[in-house]
Amino acid sequence: MAALLEVENLSVRYGDLMALRSASLSVDEGEVVCIIGPNGAGKSTTLAAIAGGVRPVSGDIRLEGRSIVGRRPEHIARLRLSLVPEGRHIFGTLTVEENLQIGGYMLGDRAAARAGMERLLGHFPRLRERLRYPAARLSGGEQQMLAVARAVMTRPRLLLVDEPSLGLAPRIIDQIYEILLELRQREKLTLLINEQSSARILKFADRIYVLRGGAVQVEGRAADLRDGEAIHRAYFGFGTQDSAPAETAA
Amino acid sequence: MIGFLQHLIDALALGSIYALTALGIGLLFGILRLINFAHGDLITVGAYALIVPAADVTARLMIGSWTPAAVVVAISMIVVVAALLTDAAVFRPLRTASPPTLMIASFAVSYIIQNGILMFYGARPKAVDFWSGANVQITIGALRVPLLQLITLAVTLVLMAALTVFLRRTPQGVQMRAAAEDFRMAQYLGVRGNVVIGLAFAISGVLAAAVSMLYITQSGSLTFQMGVPLALFAFVAVVIGGMGSLAGAVAGGFLLGFIVTMLQAYLPPDLRAFRDAFAFAFVILVLLVRPSGLLPSRTTVERV
Ligand SMILES: Nc1ncnc2c1ncn2[C@@H]1O[C@H](COP(=O)(O)OP(=O)(O)OP(=O)(O)O)[C@@H](O)[C@H]1O
Ligand SMILES: [Mg+2]
Repeated sequence: MAALLEVENLSVRYGDLMALRSASLSVDEGEVVCIIGPNGAGKSTTLAAIAGGVRPVSGDIRLEGRSIVGRRPEHIARLRLSLVPEGRHIFGTLTVEENLQIGGYMLGDRAAARAGMERLLGHFPRLRERLRYPAARLSGGEQQMLAVARAVMTRPRLLLVDEPSLGLAPRIIDQIYEILLELRQREKLTLLINEQSSARILKFADRIYVLRGGAVQVEGRAADLRDGEAIHRAYFGFGTQDSAPAETAA
Repeated sequence: MIGFLQHLIDALALGSIYALTALGIGLLFGILRLINFAHGDLITVGAYALIVPAADVTARLMIGSWTPAAVVVAISMIVVVAALLTDAAVFRPLRTASPPTLMIASFAVSYIIQNGILMFYGARPKAVDFWSGANVQITIGALRVPLLQLITLAVTLVLMAALTVFLRRTPQGVQMRAAAEDFRMAQYLGVRGNVVIGLAFAISGVLAAAVSMLYITQSGSLTFQMGVPLALFAFVAVVIGGMGSLAGAVAGGFLLGFIVTMLQAYLPPDLRAFRDAFAFAFVILVLLVRPSGLLPSRTTVERV
């Protein structure tokens, strides 16, 4: 059986810059897969390309075996794939409730959307208290929760989350991961998450890809990578046992 | 005092025309970052659609002679179709183009529409007798007010209220506001980009059609370039109001109407010929004090 998501030899170019060089990855139904990598590794580009926001120059992206390359983002959303982009992209002038409704219109079934919102708000009591607020007035953590809730309103099977921890306090990050894992159970989500650091991720990810310079350096089961040496080597290009190249040069 | 009130009503009527035009331009700018100078020419299309296509100087009414309700429906439909055609033929293929490219494309559309009208109707201005009954003066206390000005104001308020309800209360309206704020994010959430944009063009068409009818009733003359100054003034209104803010576009339209009317009324006669220069000087002053306009939209400020 084909994986839920397969990315094969994906390359993306921004002008002269190759942001992704023939990157491949796959995600099976029900898995939690994480992509980690330093700034500029191409993590966001990978998720944006999968969600249809960036057009690759070559390679293939298949959802349940069907190629989705070149489709518009709104079509891909209808294939039950949803992206929580980096930086959250909340509609600040809309109310919290309207932000959530946007995610539900696609279903074309008002009753189902309303029921979905009710169910979701159970996971996000802070959002329920602020339904009528302009979303711009929410704190950073609340906005991240809104971004996740709004994406889940589209009833995805595969949820892509780009750096949910960005700019948030550790306590809030823990809350957000807790909610993501709850939602994974309740809504039967498969998760593909980007992060810069492996610290939190290793605890609950099934598998990990380390991306650097637009290419996959290492992939493996989180359990096998837990000692950190392989990840460190892939992430920085040198291991903890080696001396850093800069020092050697000096 | 009575004189000033009289001018104030003139200002509100002129401001209404600018505000309606500015709303049409502002709506598309919000979603597409398109500064659509061809919006003025859609107004021209609506005006010419009233008459029989011929090069005669005195126009004979065609659609314009139908019952008012039929006229409103027919002219609105024609202008909406014209607006959708400009999207399908020009702006849709340029979806990923930069704002300057889009603006230049709108100039091209503007010239194409003007030349189309020239071909079928000739270049000379035409006198037209359309709904001239609406120009009667009615007396309110010591004021004598042309009925048309009251109609203009009422139509403007109704259209603004309808647009507000649409944007706040309907799924399509909420999607349109979301797309105006962050188009790509809206698409990620399943909002169909081309549907929202098409709807925005259709609404801008309805607004342009309303201006066509109101404006022709008042001026009684048609020229193939009549929409150009309207689009220019409306664009200025959009800028004064704060690019990307619809409330700002309306405020800017009324402010501009007020300035132009009051300059016309109170400038010494020798200087009246320079009215528009004074008006634009005032606009520059407004922008020096408030560089992002009267009611800037948060999103555009961030984006620029
Ligand atoms: N729209 C764009 N135009 C031009 N270059 C871009 C664009 N988006 C990203 N890049 C470049 O592509 C490369 C990969 O960027 P990407 O955002 O995918 O990295 P990332 O792994 O998500 O980094 P971060 O951890 O900082 O979010 C970087 O060098 C970045 O500067
Ligand atoms: Mg990123």
